[in-house]
Amino acid sequence: MKLVRRLLDKMGEPFLQGGKLQRLYPLYEALDTFTFTPGEVTRGKTHVRDAMDLKRLMMTVVWALVPAIVMAIYNTGYQANLALERLHELGGGEIAAHALDNWRTAIFMGLGLSFSSSSLLGCVVHGLLYYIPILFVTFAVGGVWEVLFATVRKHEINEGFLVTGMLFPLILPPAIPLWQVALGITFGVVIGKEVFGGVGMNIFNPALVARAFLFFAYPAAISGDDVWIAAQGLTADGISGATAMAVATVEGPQALTEHGYTLWQAFVGLVPGSLGETSALACLIGAVVLLVTRVASYRTMLGVVGGTVAMTLLFNAIGSETNPAFQIPVWWHMALGGWAFGTVFMATDPVSSAYTRNGQYIYGALIGVMVIAIRVVNPAFPEGMMLAILFANMFSPLIDWFFIRATVKRRALRHG
Amino acid sequence: MEHYLSLLFKAIFVENMALAFFLGMCSFLAVSRKVETAIGLGAAVIFVLTVTAPMNYLIYTYLLQEGALTWLSPGLAEVDLSFLTFLTFIGTIAAMVQIVEMVIDRFSPKLYNVLGVFLPLIAVNCAILGGSLFLVERNYTLGESAVFGVGAGVGFALALIALSAIREKLRYSDIPGGLRGLGITFIVTGLMALGFMAFSGIQL
Repeated sequence: MKLVRRLLDKMGEPFLQGGKLQRLYPLYEALDTFTFTPGEVTRGKTHVRDAMDLKRLMMTVVWALVPAIVMAIYNTGYQANLALERLHELGGGEIAAHALDNWRTAIFMGLGLSFSSSSLLGCVVHGLLYYIPILFVTFAVGGVWEVLFATVRKHEINEGFLVTGMLFPLILPPAIPLWQVALGITFGVVIGKEVFGGVGMNIFNPALVARAFLFFAYPAAISGDDVWIAAQGLTADGISGATAMAVATVEGPQALTEHGYTLWQAFVGLVPGSLGETSALACLIGAVVLLVTRVASYRTMLGVVGGTVAMTLLFNAIGSETNPAFQIPVWWHMALGGWAFGTVFMATDPVSSAYTRNGQYIYGALIGVMVIAIRVVNPAFPEGMMLAILFANMFSPLIDWFFIRATVKRRALRHG
Repeated sequence: MEHYLSLLFKAIFVENMALAFFLGMCSFLAVSRKVETAIGLGAAVIFVLTVTAPMNYLIYTYLLQEGALTWLSPGLAEVDLSFLTFLTFIGTIAAMVQIVEMVIDRFSPKLYNVLGVFLPLIAVNCAILGGSLFLVERNYTLGESAVFGVGAGVGFALALIALSAIREKLRYSDIPGGLRGLGITFIVTGLMALGFMAFSGIQL
């Protein structure tokens, strides 16, 4: 450790006041504080003494994401291999010809692995070949923006970007072109966060802003039936690549079993979908970590669950002859699509959610109600978590405003 | 009943005046600095739209549109006064705004002062004129016009109040110098519209 410290100190010299690379100080500072706890303290009048600082908070979120990342990597490979196998059975020709593009296939074959859904290594490596490039592009491009803003505007690069950068790849479909990843994270970091002044000052969740931007700018690459499995030309060859969520909202819950989806599969996450969103189990583990460490607000999560249950039961009770999505039971809503991931990692974002404690229940409930409403009523979007959270983000300052005013009024009455 | 409810929902969310049509931007941007003022203006807009929408409907149907004057005498069946639509609509709206202005001045001078020039300017707020013109274009009935007027007003007020709460929070943000004030408000409005896209595509 001492060696690292000494190395960093030596490396840091040109970045300090008066040094040659003085302007790039935030870059050095970021590296330094990623490795060591910073020694600086607040110089203003107030200073909070707490073991929980921004760094630890953000790192806890990253640790909580690990199960979701593992499942994302495995499932991406598994789904792709499964689809390739099916294709082979149907007589679709050589398996390798259908893997998404050449360099990935070349690496994969070069390692001597086979596209087999039963081979753990085959699935993991295949998944990595998709996850790593997306993650890399996110951090490279997002990082450039982050450093640029930090140097020009003289604020610090902090772990907030680490979380955004970890979350963003997990909410993308595996087959997304990498240039869109770059474009999306650019929009998310610059318009979603940096124009507001950086971490902690934004209104909307940057990762979701990035995804929503891609969703409306390039709908073909982020929705529909073709993008959820990392192998190309599947639909053309007669294999459905529709997500379970799309099947449920378009054809109704009965169709799920016909398509071979079981609740257990959806819960564990072995269904096609965005990289990290498929596994409710992994999100549940993440939720436990976040709740035990009290990083995420249990009030928000309870609110989302409450809103979801209430709205689903309402739709179930109303029923509809023309729209089978009214009949989707609560547990399917929770297991499918981005519900679990959104509830655990996106809705609880401490910056864009409501600040007041009671407000967090309302904020969560708004998300729950909206997500079910979008899924069931809006035929344009089979999935609704992203838009539901963005919608609630928009109203969280207003929710806070009402609760703060109510508190002020009550206390004024009590103390006159 | 169900028809009216879905029309109300559509007017508030799916076809939000401010965030789907971007109408009435001037007051939307100018009077959204504080939540209290925004609530005041929102209420004024709701009231004016609720009254002017059915009123303009009646005026259009029984006075302006082609053949509307038949109820006076059959000889007027060919008279078409619809070229006066804009003028009359603006007139009705201006009259309503005048009344609202007097009421606010009488009962809440504080709000009156805060709203300042933007209160009389509701008269030329395109969201309100737009509301009246939409109902002509879409051939709404009297009942539908009334419901649409309420919905359009509530939708505008909702967006306005949400924006004002966001802007109050943004006072603590470290926004780059060039974007402070209107610049960041435009960006926030765009991002809010992104959130309201959740409703686009709903068929009612």
